[in-house]
Amino acid sequence: MNNAKTARMTYLDALGLAQREEMARDETVVIIGEDISLYAAGGAYGDIDSKRIRSAPISENGFAGMAVGAAITGLRPIVDLTIANFIYLASDPIINQAARLRSMTGGQVKVPVTYRASMWHNQSNAAQHSDRPYPMFMNVPGLKIVTPATPTDAKGLLKAAIRDDDPVIVFEDNDLWAVREEVPLDTDFVIPIGKAVVRREGSDVSVISVAGCLPHALAAADDLAKEGINAEVVDLRSLLPLDAEAILTTVGKTGRVVIADYSHRTCGAAAEIAAILAEDGFDLLKKPVRRVVTPDVPIPFSETMEKPLYPSREAIANAARGLM
Amino acid sequence: MATKELDREAYLRMLKIRHFEQAVSALITEGEVAGACHSSIGQEAAIVGACMALRRDDYMSGTHRSHGHPIGKGADLNALMAEILGKATGVCGGRGGSMHLTDTSVGSIGESAIVAGGIPIAVGAALSAQVRGTDQVALTFFGDGAVNEGAFHESLNMASIWKLPVIFFCENNGYAAVTPATQTHGQPDVWVRAAGYGLPGICVDGQDFDAVLSVTQEAVTRARCGSGPTLIEAKTYRFDEHCVGLFINGSYRTQAEVDRYKSERDPIKLFRTRLLERGWLDCDLIDLQARAQQLVEAAVEFARNSPFPAAEAAYDRVHATQIPIRR
Repeated sequence: MNNAKTARMTYLDALGLAQREEMARDETVVIIGEDISLYAAGGAYGDIDSKRIRSAPISENGFAGMAVGAAITGLRPIVDLTIANFIYLASDPIINQAARLRSMTGGQVKVPVTYRASMWHNQSNAAQHSDRPYPMFMNVPGLKIVTPATPTDAKGLLKAAIRDDDPVIVFEDNDLWAVREEVPLDTDFVIPIGKAVVRREGSDVSVISVAGCLPHALAAADDLAKEGINAEVVDLRSLLPLDAEAILTTVGKTGRVVIADYSHRTCGAAAEIAAILAEDGFDLLKKPVRRVVTPDVPIPFSETMEKPLYPSREAIANAARGLM
Repeated sequence: MATKELDREAYLRMLKIRHFEQAVSALITEGEVAGACHSSIGQEAAIVGACMALRRDDYMSGTHRSHGHPIGKGADLNALMAEILGKATGVCGGRGGSMHLTDTSVGSIGESAIVAGGIPIAVGAALSAQVRGTDQVALTFFGDGAVNEGAFHESLNMASIWKLPVIFFCENNGYAAVTPATQTHGQPDVWVRAAGYGLPGICVDGQDFDAVLSVTQEAVTRARCGSGPTLIEAKTYRFDEHCVGLFINGSYRTQAEVDRYKSERDPIKLFRTRLLERGWLDCDLIDLQARAQQLVEAAVEFARNSPFPAAEAAYDRVHATQIPIRR
């Protein structure tokens, strides 16, 4: 494969490409999830043995646990949980088994399982289909969590998750499915888990973006630039581990931080980032940390109620202005 | 394994479990064991009968009542006892303890203190064997309480759909902790639930080693040749309390019932009688008992003399691919 080659594709296509490449590369990779055979018939996984594609009954608890058993005995399962809210049904084996067995067995087993959960917020699906559950899993030692915000990251982080020897949850953003960009075609292109990236350099204020907030953060930075405010945008990419060094580096440059995070305010991802800033970056801060997050209400159906709840370009820019 | 050799090994393993559990109980009384321990005394024939039907490289998962299963599968007693004492030389390095003994060297892939948690794990191991094209099978032990968890039902269904090489082995000791199965099951039999998922369900006397071995061997053969899963219900009995040293204020079973099982339905006594009928000499059986006792005493000695893990060890072996751990 020519390393320099790229192709223009969507976030959703990039996820599919990552999965196909890894299934072709490693015959221990299997995929488990609901309605999987339909996608397989459409060529979603390429030409692979049907034994490796398990179209599961609607038994999230059962197949999420089954994947742990498969992972500790030589397979590398990808569990497609589809809508992120369904991860609650699977949370017992993810938390009590996948995350714990490496430690609880004294290192006798490794658990190379990938859980994919797509966050379908902002689409009038109401509170049982609109969650962004990543903070709950950030409180589970033993897990790794990645949150791709671009098509390139969707490919690189999903591939990294599949290749990782530990359980990784990939929280994908359904709102980004149609976003297109040039994506590397190198079959060994992976993005390291736990490393943030600076998407836009700046010196006046830092916008630390969690998961799919990135487009809003970048748009807010554009707006701020027109007013002479030079915003730096940091995309965390991974939430477990958090790249504390990147968080402290950006506050060192700007002294002002806005955190944009789709999760709810109480104990959200932004709360942990703010705690890192308060504990280890206090002397670098010129102003209090501001969080632009989702209020603590169940997500309502009607769009007039739903849309204003999430972090937006305007809310992020306003928070930054308030720090100047 | 020839019959005589198999009988010898089975009897030895049952005795190892009995003496091991007695030793653990004594250590608890002496204050040397922290946390909760659940004894398998009374259930030895069910455990060993199931395990002796397996190969060493077959997979096995289990429950919080976790000491008997790895012993039944052939694990080394020293590392198990050291784990229960929380020592660095424990099979899990002191991270698992009594409820989570795991010894992958004998195919024990984990005992789960989440009721029914080990069942999907075994289904996954069976899936793995099927995908990788080996002829390994997986057996999962669980109790009558686990049958009321969704994971049990989801697991039976998935194993049936995909004809996975897995044996669902219920040690029905009649009580989920201190609640009688009669109060939590719509009908008394676990094995009949198999019919709902299209797999064979078999009931066996769990105090009868030969019977358990025989039905499990049949299930293993079915699994190994691709004919799919089996649910086995072994009717057994727990001689000790749910948890060793547990104080129960009020009764959930009568002393007469416990005494009757101990005198009439002790699986080791029953197997001993069977062996004598088969021509074994009393002195040979006494030697085996002494051997089991000696191994357990050596394990206690090993565990007592082993160091505790350093506090810093809590940060080791959390991940297979290390990431920074925040303290």
